[in-house]
Amino acid sequence: MAQEPILEATNIVKFLGSGAAEVKALKGVSLELMPGELTLLMGPSGSGKTTLLSILGCILTPSEGTLRIGPHTATGLTSEGLANLRRQHVGFVFQSYNLVPTLTAAENVMLALDLRGTDLSEAPALAAKALKAVGLSHRADAYPSKLSGGEKQRVAIARSLAGSPSVILADEPTAALDSENGKAVMALLAEVAKDKGRGILVVTHDHRTLSYADRLIRIEDGKIVGRARRRARSGNGAGAHAA
Amino acid sequence: MSSASGNTAQLGKPMPMARKLAYRNLFHDRVSLLVTLVGIVFSVVLIAVQCSIYLGSEYRIVAVMDHIEADIWVVPVGTKSFDLPTLLLPGREKQAALSTPGVQSADDLIVTFANWRRLAQSSDKKGCATESGLCGATSVLVVGFDTATNKNLPWDIVEGNIADLNLPNAVGIDSTYFGELAIERIGDRAEINDTQVTAKVITRGIRSFTTLPFIFTALPLGRTLSFAAPEQASYTLVRVAPGANVEEVRKSLQARLPDAEVLTHDAFRKRSLDYWLFETGAGSGLIAGAVLAIIVGIVVVSQTLYASTKEHLNEFATLRALGASSGFIRKVILWQAVLSAIIGYVLGMILSRIVTYYLSDMLPIQMTFNLIWGLLVLTVAMCVVAAVSAIFKVIRIDPAVVFSR
Repeated sequence: MAQEPILEATNIVKFLGSGAAEVKALKGVSLELMPGELTLLMGPSGSGKTTLLSILGCILTPSEGTLRIGPHTATGLTSEGLANLRRQHVGFVFQSYNLVPTLTAAENVMLALDLRGTDLSEAPALAAKALKAVGLSHRADAYPSKLSGGEKQRVAIARSLAGSPSVILADEPTAALDSENGKAVMALLAEVAKDKGRGILVVTHDHRTLSYADRLIRIEDGKIVGRARRRARSGNGAGAHAA
Repeated sequence: MSSASGNTAQLGKPMPMARKLAYRNLFHDRVSLLVTLVGIVFSVVLIAVQCSIYLGSEYRIVAVMDHIEADIWVVPVGTKSFDLPTLLLPGREKQAALSTPGVQSADDLIVTFANWRRLAQSSDKKGCATESGLCGATSVLVVGFDTATNKNLPWDIVEGNIADLNLPNAVGIDSTYFGELAIERIGDRAEINDTQVTAKVITRGIRSFTTLPFIFTALPLGRTLSFAAPEQASYTLVRVAPGANVEEVRKSLQARLPDAEVLTHDAFRKRSLDYWLFETGAGSGLIAGAVLAIIVGIVVVSQTLYASTKEHLNEFATLRALGASSGFIRKVILWQAVLSAIIGYVLGMILSRIVTYYLSDMLPIQMTFNLIWGLLVLTVAMCVVAAVSAIFKVIRIDPAVVFSR
């Protein structure tokens, strides 16, 4: 039975700037995120990866085209409506982790839970579960300043998992990490992607991440220029082939 | 196992994250917090002292009036304040009042400036006495009243009793003015307008706004000291019969006494307050000082909150990217403002109490319950208003900036 995409973007066009400085950053991009899959979005700097990620994460609105997350259509929503949609359905992992420095690892996760409307009395247990899932139970009380880069990124992944959003969008999650931590983070994301109720999109320059992908999408100059799908996924990767 | 779940067991329901984040942000930057608190404490102390002086002034201006039982006052035309007597009433006011329907009783009151001449007391060993036995003079405000009908005047008596004022040439004075009046105890003598008087009643804490000592006497001696005719008085005090309408009686009495002003107690009280507090500018100055303190507080708090918010802008952008509603963001900043306000208020009030304690001997100061609570509300409101610019800054933030870092 064919699976329904968990996120579907159709003919997304985005103009940035205005007047003479106006740039067409995305030129009719269409893509789907399938549940239980990790999709890599690769492309050179300035190709429109981050703009596309912002639109898929309901942070920016497309100038043209439609975006659907699960049964919800993002088109035409106000900024508060978009915030509500991403709060309920989208988890983010950022390149610079973006943890709140004044909160501990557990509290950073609880913050995301609180935003998603989780009952406060359940939040500590759920945060503990999310941290356990990323192997950081023992660092729950540590502040971000006391965590290594790899640990910070794992906390960020735990935060993105909190509340079980259907879509996780990761922006260069390995860019600030050394090779070993980068692999660990990708392995973790690949593990998280096995959840059949969730799809993950990772924007990256890092070719070492290829082996963790179920699908690969290449973007250049605001257009999708290639799509590939792996036959099977293993922990250390296997080749992808052009779709 | 993580302590996150452990915390639940120990502490029960955890603190909402908006509040926790506000608390942590506030205490994260101690220098910024210190600057905020200095601003709030400065404002609170300034407002508290100014308002305390204002209330203390109010109290002193009308303290004697408020201890006199009268529904209606008949006063000479143009009287500005209770303690600024001008001419004496012609003398038929009491009878006119008593013949007015709805009046239960009426009696006269003397309020007059007088010359208090200090006399050397038999126990005086400090050398103020001259060979003639005179120690110089000072001005006083004599209040002569009917001791039978004014049972609350004077109050806070520490020696003697009201009936003692009926003794020949007896006066009541406040211990605050002992030095100024060269009086040390019951039985000490002085001269008022060349009439020898003896201290028979001592009170504690009855001070005037004008700083002139009040001298309480029975009505006959008051008349003597003010050179009034037997029927004359500074004011006539009227009490209306139970069930009678005060305003109706006032109008009726005013019609009978066209050469005097007939005022309700509240109207005369307000006129006295307005004169000293606003016509002389004393109260306006205090209010202006308090308003200035509020403005300084708002500016300082808004500057530091704005700076603190700018410092945490990346975190707020992340919160927005994670889907935080503008309401959640507002809550964080408002909690920061409210927490600052409460801490600043507590510190400010402690300092205010110390300041007012030491100033209370020099200035009319009164810290009321309403002022204490009112200041808390004002401080919180001040900090909330100060948070507006920070809120606008954060609400307008583009969450897409989280991807550019």
